[in-house]
Amino acid sequence: MSETQTLRAWLLTDAPTSRRHAKLASLYKGWLSLRSNSMAMFGLAILIILGLIAAAAPLLAPHDPFFQDLGNRLGPLGAEDHVLGTDSLGRDILSRLIYGSRITLYIVTLVALIAPIAGLLVGTVSGYAGGWIDMILMRITDIFLAFPRLVLALAFVAALGAGIENAVLAISLTAWPPYARIARAETLTIRSSDFISAIRLQGAGPLRIITKHIWPLCISSLIVRVTLDMAGIILAAAGLGFLGLGAQPPSPEWGAMISEGRRFILDYWWVATMPGLAIFTVSLAFNLLGDGLRDVLDPKDSGQ
Amino acid sequence: MTELTIDNLNVWFGHGRDRVDAVKGATFSVEKGESFGLVGESGSGKSTILRAITGLVSTWSGQITVAGKPLGPKRDRAFYKTVQMVFQDPYASLHPRHSVDQVLGETLYLHGLGDIDKRVSKLLDDVGLGGKFRFRYPHQLSGGQRQRVAIARALAGEPEVLLLDEPTSALDVSVQAEILNLLTDLREDRGLTYLMVSHDLAVVGHMCERLAVMKGGEIVEVMSADALRHNQATHPYSQALLQASIGG
Repeated sequence: MSETQTLRAWLLTDAPTSRRHAKLASLYKGWLSLRSNSMAMFGLAILIILGLIAAAAPLLAPHDPFFQDLGNRLGPLGAEDHVLGTDSLGRDILSRLIYGSRITLYIVTLVALIAPIAGLLVGTVSGYAGGWIDMILMRITDIFLAFPRLVLALAFVAALGAGIENAVLAISLTAWPPYARIARAETLTIRSSDFISAIRLQGAGPLRIITKHIWPLCISSLIVRVTLDMAGIILAAAGLGFLGLGAQPPSPEWGAMISEGRRFILDYWWVATMPGLAIFTVSLAFNLLGDGLRDVLDPKDSGQ
Repeated sequence: MTELTIDNLNVWFGHGRDRVDAVKGATFSVEKGESFGLVGESGSGKSTILRAITGLVSTWSGQITVAGKPLGPKRDRAFYKTVQMVFQDPYASLHPRHSVDQVLGETLYLHGLGDIDKRVSKLLDDVGLGGKFRFRYPHQLSGGQRQRVAIARALAGEPEVLLLDEPTSALDVSVQAEILNLLTDLREDRGLTYLMVSHDLAVVGHMCERLAVMKGGEIVEVMSADALRHNQATHPYSQALLQASIGG
């Protein structure tokens, strides 16, 4: 007990003694304020569970997600051996959901890596450089923003061919402009501040100023925006899957599963509902976490 | 020897009908080792002169000479090693996500100095902050401590000229005196030249040997601090400013 107390005191100190100590202390304070937000912790818990499920899918799934049993198709909920029933080809829905979490995580991670980073690059360069660079980059952003998101993604997938990778690419291509906008707006307020003037007076070049001084301040609002957008990304991926342009059968992608179940929705509602509930739960979890992260990371609130 | 000469400096913002002339024909010079004050009310163009010298404002004409070298439109590394600036608001002049160590370390790195670890602790000692402040973030520091960090950053490249933009106006009265004393000591130790902007005549009278009074972007009078103390201002505006300061 006393050891944890001293560790806590060490982490909460006002006078850190080394670089690492200072970093850990500020991380710990962020964690404490996130932990006090019970809804965000609930969201985080769901996402951790999702991650564990995806990692341990072969152990958890009661059946092979691709095994067809036509004699046992459209089995009811709570049936023996198939807790969530079976789909139109007699495949176990629970196992398909469990394996589908891998695809969902894969899509979300890739999009969350590509779109915000592209947006951050475009936005900060545009905001810091100003002038004609700003003009050109922002007009390109406007063009992408002017398209309806799913329609543009559809066009990309149609041009590139259906499949998970192309769906990820298409979603990323349609998702970066809002990040660029946010990053640019943040950069415009940051670039005229005294601490940027101060580092310019030390002879720092634009590359150093953007990467070391502007990025750290933009990233927190982008992280918040990403977690809030995650729900939309999952839905867009599910939407592409639903339209048959994302993951291809027999892949157990949740959106594609809804699309398959749609044909029987009146008589066998659970076939489409179960993947729908999975999408709903994960989207909600991301939204809750995003809300909590905003409270922790927003530079305007954590300034003091 | 003259360290800093400003000759017929004009600074403006915007162009065409929106053009605002912030500084008109300012001329003065500062001797090496001297402390020179610029006083005037808000918007009289005091800080703009500093910003033109440092290159933060690029729309200026006239001649600025630092250490015998006239300045062009761009500032080079040698300039940043000669001239440094302390900003008015210590709450805005430090990066909110950088610790004191990072701020000073990066500055030293940019000036191409080695042995950064030792120099950071030396700088902190010089400005009266001990080693325990080294890894703190700005939000863990008081206003006076932040301004000390800002001064340490300005001193990191071992400059000859320090431009002080109302370095105490954002601070409590008790802390103001501490910072002013620190600046006085540092000038003595390092033989620095100060160009100090303030709207507080008492501060300028305490810190500077000579001062220029500005009004509406123009310098109306240059006088010695002694003359100021003996109430010998000749221009009616300086007299009014002095009266207001005594009355207040």
